[in-house]
Amino acid sequence: MRLPSGGTGITREKELSFAFDGKPHRGFEGDTVASALLAAGVRTVGRSFKYHRPRGIWGHGVEEPNAIFDVKLAGFHEPNARGTTTPLADGLVVRSINARPDASRDRFGFLDRFAKFIPAGFYYKTFMWPSWERFEPRIRAMAGLGEIDREWAPKAFSSHVHDTCDVLVVGAGNSGLRAALAAARDGRSVTVVDEGFAPGGQLLYRSRTADGEHAEEWLASTLAELSRLGVTIMSRSTAYGIYDHNLVCVAELKKATNPPISHRIRPKQIVLATGAIERPLVFPNNDRPGIMSAASALFYLRRHGVRVGERIVIASNNDSTAEVAEAFRVVGANVTEVSSVANVRGKNRVEAVIDENGRSIPADALLVSGGYSPTVHLFCQAKGKLAWSDERAAFVPKDEVQGVKVIGSANGDFRWRVQASWPTKPTKERAWIDFQNDVTSKDVALAARENFRSVEHLKRYTTLGMATDQGKTSNVNGLAALAAFTGRSIAETGTTTFRPPYTPVSMMAFTGYRHGQLFNPVRRLALETEHRAAGAIFGEYGGWLRPAAYDRDIQSEALRAREGVGIFDASPLGKVEVIGPDAGLLLDFNGYGKVSTLKPGRIRYGLTLNENGSVYDDGVIARLDETRFLVSCSSSHVTGVHLRLEDIRQDLFDPTRLSIHNATSRWATLTVTGPKSRSLLDSLSLGLDLGNEAFPHMSWRMATFEGGPVRLARVSFSGDLSFEVSVPQSKAASLFCALREAGARFNATMLGLEALMILRAEKGYIVIGKDTDGLTLPHDLGIVGPRDKRTDEFVGRRSLFTEWAQEKKRRQFTGLSITDGGGPLATGAHAIERVTGKSRSIGFVTSSYFSPTIGKPIALGLIENAMERQGEIIEMQHLGAVRKARVSAACAFDPEGARLNA
Amino acid sequence: MHLICCPFCGNRDETEFRFAVEAGKRRGSVSSSPDEWAKYLYFQNNVKGDTREVWMHLTCGELFILSRNSVTHSIHGSEPVRKAAEA
Amino acid sequence: MGGGGHGLATAYYLAKNHGISNVAILEKGWIGGGNTGRNTTAVRSNYFYPESVALYEFSLQLYERLSKELNYNIMLSQRGGLNVAHSEMDMEIAARLVNAMQINGIDAELFDRRQVLKVVPLLNTGPNARYPVFGGVWQGRAGICRHDAVAWGYARAASHLGVDIIQNCEVLDFIIEGGACRGVSTSRGEIRSDRVAMAVAGHSSMLSAKAGFSLPIQSYSLQAMVSEPVKPVLDTALLSIGTGTYANQSDKGEIVFGGGLDRIPSYAQRGNPPAHDHTISGLIEMFPAFGQLKILRQWAGIVDVTPDSSPIIGPSPIPGLYLDCGWGTGGFKAIPAGGWLLAHLMATGSHHEISKPFDLDRFTTGRLIDEAAGSGIAH
Ligand SMILES: Cc1cc2nc3c(=O)[nH]c(=O)nc-3n(C[C@H](O)[C@H](O)[C@H](O)COP(=O)(O)OP(=O)(O)OC[C@H]3O[C@@H](n4cnc5c(N)ncnc54)[C@H](O)[C@@H]3O)c2cc1C
Ligand SMILES: [Zn+2]
Repeated sequence: MRLPSGGTGITREKELSFAFDGKPHRGFEGDTVASALLAAGVRTVGRSFKYHRPRGIWGHGVEEPNAIFDVKLAGFHEPNARGTTTPLADGLVVRSINARPDASRDRFGFLDRFAKFIPAGFYYKTFMWPSWERFEPRIRAMAGLGEIDREWAPKAFSSHVHDTCDVLVVGAGNSGLRAALAAARDGRSVTVVDEGFAPGGQLLYRSRTADGEHAEEWLASTLAELSRLGVTIMSRSTAYGIYDHNLVCVAELKKATNPPISHRIRPKQIVLATGAIERPLVFPNNDRPGIMSAASALFYLRRHGVRVGERIVIASNNDSTAEVAEAFRVVGANVTEVSSVANVRGKNRVEAVIDENGRSIPADALLVSGGYSPTVHLFCQAKGKLAWSDERAAFVPKDEVQGVKVIGSANGDFRWRVQASWPTKPTKERAWIDFQNDVTSKDVALAARENFRSVEHLKRYTTLGMATDQGKTSNVNGLAALAAFTGRSIAETGTTTFRPPYTPVSMMAFTGYRHGQLFNPVRRLALETEHRAAGAIFGEYGGWLRPAAYDRDIQSEALRAREGVGIFDASPLGKVEVIGPDAGLLLDFNGYGKVSTLKPGRIRYGLTLNENGSVYDDGVIARLDETRFLVSCSSSHVTGVHLRLEDIRQDLFDPTRLSIHNATSRWATLTVTGPKSRSLLDSLSLGLDLGNEAFPHMSWRMATFEGGPVRLARVSFSGDLSFEVSVPQSKAASLFCALREAGARFNATMLGLEALMILRAEKGYIVIGKDTDGLTLPHDLGIVGPRDKRTDEFVGRRSLFTEWAQEKKRRQFTGLSITDGGGPLATGAHAIERVTGKSRSIGFVTSSYFSPTIGKPIALGLIENAMERQGEIIEMQHLGAVRKARVSAACAFDPEGARLNA
Repeated sequence: MHLICCPFCGNRDETEFRFAVEAGKRRGSVSSSPDEWAKYLYFQNNVKGDTREVWMHLTCGELFILSRNSVTHSIHGSEPVRKAAEA
Repeated sequence: MGGGGHGLATAYYLAKNHGISNVAILEKGWIGGGNTGRNTTAVRSNYFYPESVALYEFSLQLYERLSKELNYNIMLSQRGGLNVAHSEMDMEIAARLVNAMQINGIDAELFDRRQVLKVVPLLNTGPNARYPVFGGVWQGRAGICRHDAVAWGYARAASHLGVDIIQNCEVLDFIIEGGACRGVSTSRGEIRSDRVAMAVAGHSSMLSAKAGFSLPIQSYSLQAMVSEPVKPVLDTALLSIGTGTYANQSDKGEIVFGGGLDRIPSYAQRGNPPAHDHTISGLIEMFPAFGQLKILRQWAGIVDVTPDSSPIIGPSPIPGLYLDCGWGTGGFKAIPAGGWLLAHLMATGSHHEISKPFDLDRFTTGRLIDEAAGSGIAH
């Protein structure tokens, strides 16, 4: 019930309306969903996970096990929102979860009567006949809490802030603020984070500070001084994890409908003043609506002006509740204090409390305090160890962790005395330990009986502490019960690991900008606009967005280039320069083929291997001058090639005599290919003799284009006369225009990657990673020269002589031709061999196209012993269907290379 | 999120670095026996505790030796590979 | 050595298949507390190489009858497993995989986009999806099961057959006599035995160092996490090569998911933000609607990664000491087979046909079984 006045956290002038389970309610600004429901007198706010027991609000913060709701507001939706930390908002639609049709009338409430048959771990022992899968769908449907909205998609993304400070204080309560003040007065930069709506912690609802000052006054003056000293205080900001090297992750909830802001703070010193959490007492039916944490009841009274009952019983094992009793008496409640409870009457709400003498005390609320558990989660995440303290009835931080200080209640420095009262044996009627997951002391006893004596086993077997509250109220009671039931001390029994996050954190806090195209941005060409204007359809290749085709008819695009001339953007090809007197030697070591013997002006094709002998990459290397080479690698291997060259340079050479420079992004490259490519380029008047004599295949020349350098390389991936024309990126557009203009007269076609793939396949040229896999050795491609002839070391050399490398039955690169008159084979089809009725794969198709040039399907593949099998007809299987193909030469067009050297 | 110290650039975020290999490994060669070659290529000490490893700082491109603890993740220091080799 | 799934299953099959019940399992912590109790429980047998298929299919078949055999419900849920393909090129590789599997007798299917969206309707098909859905590789018999139950079920059954399970007992060193392993010394004293096997996952290198040899293994943290539980929204075990994230929904309703290894070799059973940021972002990229969920728990296990990501089963260089390690990120699905094969090896002194290719000697001969090299998909 809301009192006519009071409540330091609410603004009574601002009324808000909201709905709970379809019924309208009102509250004030500053309310949480929980305080508003308490004010409205709603007792049953949800149902427990397993037994569907009616449940009321227990706490006032992140420890809340029961008040979990589905919350919707203007496009915002949270399926498992904690009512105690969700601010009330106008128009908020709140529904109970795990209850049909609603919390008060849940039709699965009957399950509680079958509790005897479904104790902890029951599912391990049943549901096996005829099979688990017969039961699973129904069990899955019963499990789970809220429901996600399937149509929902993120609209806002979290910002990620990286920060540092001298001192980061976690917790803006009495101790935290004192520590902040001391550090700030000392001239250090201080940030304070607190998960509450306002700084103050317990000072917001207790009347005195730890030192006896008037809480409200001390808080006001302290906050004022901190502000003067420039201390940043962040509310609704949860430090949810401490990671390596004392990185603190903080999720800040600023706007209700937005994902949290993610702060990553690396302070010089972390101060944990995270307080302590009140524990329930373990007695029969201790989960009834109306039973709540005594401190929380005080919180709602002082912050929200809500009196949770008129006839209140307070059951406590410590003197922290004296103030609670006093406060409720002041507001006219009838308060009875007891030290323990034998049972409770009432199902949907507390009606009476039975004390240990069997006396029945009529009551509409039972406030309990079973002592406090220091909030040591972050300390433990920072690798801190705990010690059990009998005196404080709590696990408290043991040794100090470097850079992390724990103070106040978090360190077990309580203001009050506790008379521990742990469960000693399971009670006849169920007494709850984990409210949300429905774990009772009987379940703990069962686990102990079945020898799940390790706390970790207890947790897993009973699911104790694994609910959305992560055991904040239940862990210590649970292991105290286990200790008692197994005849050990609590210290011997130990705790489970505290895993991050400290409280559940929205997934959206982690993603930041990593979504959509930014999840893994593609690289884009300098000429993208020009390609689009030319009608390009783009596709992603090796991390680059490149023109896949310009013509929907890829066949004719390929044919036009084959017969006339095509222009292709080859800019992503790697251009790594290796410079220095030892450059040739370095490249000799790096590659399969020798490079140092190359003459300036010339180009050589070669492979590079992994140290395990498999083919890593292929490409051409141009010798620019005596001491400079240009390594052209696959677009997706540029970084890898650069790193391995660096690795070799620093490890095996005198690094002062060598340097590696990745110039890939400096140059744009357009390839002009086809029989008419020379004529086209001639018309550009680059002042260069492009004739076969002056500029033979596999050589390069410099010339001038628009007053700047242009590099022409005569290499070919199409099998036709081709020139790669490279200019600095700034000249890319003019080169493109010039080629297009000149090309118009030769009917030049723009050539996309798909058509080029056909042209190269006609020639049997490989694409690494497509026509090879991680097991392909160079001799599987028929390239044996360097293996047999080189006498110097190179990467991967030794691996070419292992037992496996020398094996007879190796998958070798080959062509495959169709003999059944059908269309192209499916890429990925396997060649099979039948041995005694069973099929065995002897390889697969890696590339397959219809060839416009020769008017037939062509294919490439890796086939066992392909070199020996040339001419053999083999069976090809794809998705169950079998076809025939002939093992044939990889090169299906112009095998003599006449067109190349034209 | 580790802070790793490059001997040339100072403390940087772990995402700028790449683990290369345990320190002290010698490259094999064509004259290595099958066992030696396998040892070089595939086997490692994979130490639990204090380790010395070769890392690369991807942004400056330098290889260096990093001393750290593989359990606590504390970083004890780093040095250029050359110095380590000469010493 | 090692009271994980592999160790427990080995003990069970030693007793059950070979009548050897004088067996002790030494576990330094609590049984199932290593990777067996930390993994994301995906089981499947859709592998590329026949050697892998033989191993994982054998394992899946043992799993299929395990609940009844152990009289312990391991909650095997063969809800189907899917690897999503995001491009034409992915589809070509997918076809290569599916054909290989079908030839090897595995129930794999090549799904087109429509079929994929039918089993996983929540996948991101928006215009801005970084990884559009083209199709995928489906195995109907793949799925998930309850990890703890596998450990406990084997433990209970082994215990019934007379096996001793000793927890809080760490192996510290080996007793080596005449070059052969004759037992171990532990935190609780010496135990002599002429047949000792290690199934200690990420800690294999530590123990092998004590015995004086090294292994082709690097230990890494592998993280996983769960969301808060929600009503059923995901009915398959799903992996996307593009985002690098895989996910399934537990019977309790949590979305269980993970991604790649942490980048730094490590023995810390603790995750590091760069990897989990990437994994969570990957999940949201695949399932934008999961942006409504909160992360409930994250953790990590120390996985033993070999150069070819395939396991090592076989004798060690020290007579009397056997190896079962290198399962890396994918050995949960292989627990029954790993146990069966190691038991066979220990009992008979020689390899079972299925485990032969996984011997340590493959690193010397070069006969690696590298699924990623052959199919682009590892474990
Ligand atoms: C996050 C994560 C997700 C995974 N997801 C999957 C998946 O979806 N599917 C899949 O198939 N696999 C998965 N795996 C891999 C799988 O978990 C492991 O391969 C498998 O559990 C290994 O089982 P094990 O018994 O060998 O090891 P473990 O279960 O780790 O057992 C080894 C045991 O040895 C003990 N030990 C270590 N040293 C000693 C010593 N000196 N003395 C005594 N005992 C010792 C340890 O305490 C431990 O209990 C995942 C792994 C992780 C970490
Ligand atoms: Zn650097």
